[in-house]
Amino acid sequence: MEGRSEPGQLQPDDRSFHWFGQGAGAAFSVPGLILVSAFVGFAGLAKDAGLTLLQTVFMTAVVWALPAKVVLVSTILSGGSLLTAAFAVTLSSVRLMPMVVAIMPEMRTAKTRQWVLYMLSHFVAVTSWVVALERFPEVPRPARTAFYGGLGTTLLVFNMIVVAAVFLLAARLPAPVSALLIFLTPMYFLTSLWGSAREMAGRLAMVFGLILGPVFHLWVPGLDLMLAGLIGGGSAYAVHLFVRRRQKA
Amino acid sequence: MSFDSSTSVWWPFVFILIAGWLATDVWRFLGVYLGARISEGSELLVLVRAIATALVAAVIAKLVLYPAGALASASVTLRIAAAAFGFGVYLMSGKRVIAGIIVAELVLLAGLIV
Repeated sequence: MEGRSEPGQLQPDDRSFHWFGQGAGAAFSVPGLILVSAFVGFAGLAKDAGLTLLQTVFMTAVVWALPAKVVLVSTILSGGSLLTAAFAVTLSSVRLMPMVVAIMPEMRTAKTRQWVLYMLSHFVAVTSWVVALERFPEVPRPARTAFYGGLGTTLLVFNMIVVAAVFLLAARLPAPVSALLIFLTPMYFLTSLWGSAREMAGRLAMVFGLILGPVFHLWVPGLDLMLAGLIGGGSAYAVHLFVRRRQKA
Repeated sequence: MSFDSSTSVWWPFVFILIAGWLATDVWRFLGVYLGARISEGSELLVLVRAIATALVAAVIAKLVLYPAGALASASVTLRIAAAAFGFGVYLMSGKRVIAGIIVAELVLLAGLIV
């Protein structure tokens, strides 16, 4: 994946191509494979909901985040209006904002152009976010946008192909196999999120989120993720501040 | 107007653009805008990262406790046991993601077969 076809012209970007390739390579990994299995499941859901191949592939490209797509398809399935669907998806996607805020300072340099960051932000979803935070320490800072671009583009295009393939093959997996496939996603998130936590606050936030997520789901469904994030993350940060102040004293 | 309420070929795509693309990318773009105003290593970023982490953790818990599709056929006890075993093995194996995932899957498989 090294873009050396037109040497003289591409000289300054030579290393960008290298890191774009590295990012693309990072898509073909355990997390990438798990995401593919999740998309196999999603394609089945969309097909059952009566969406066409083209509509589902289009949705994969423009929405990208899997939970948002599941919400969108469920709303379509229940005959919801455009307004209802837009509201439900908007609400369920608030979580993308803090994820983008957290990752942006890690990949920009003084020279990074804003539009590049806006383009790259479209690729932010749980898998690429976790993989990037895990791999960034070994990627030189000026190469991180190229790396993330390679990772995001590859994941997105590859899963568009997977979705189309599921539609064309019309294959249905036996129930225990799909159960195992669906279970891959939370297990991957659970382990890699713990591994990518930078400080004690991160691990604490994870424990709080695991507990508060289901609690708020029963209590205030719809706002559950946002509340679990704000309250769980906020209290983890409070504990982190408290501990550090005691260490200083 | 719902997804199926128009015979126009374009309507479903407009529907997906507004209720899907706009509804998600508005948050991503807002994140870029706000992220540009926070420097790496700042305390605020530790807080934001904690919030994002707790959010993703909440997604994980919901995927295990309130799963979609075929996973719902496994009992809640089995799902939690599989996740707990897998996570335990992950920690004991020196944070090997693949070890944790394989053990969790094996426990789930065993529970589904028995």
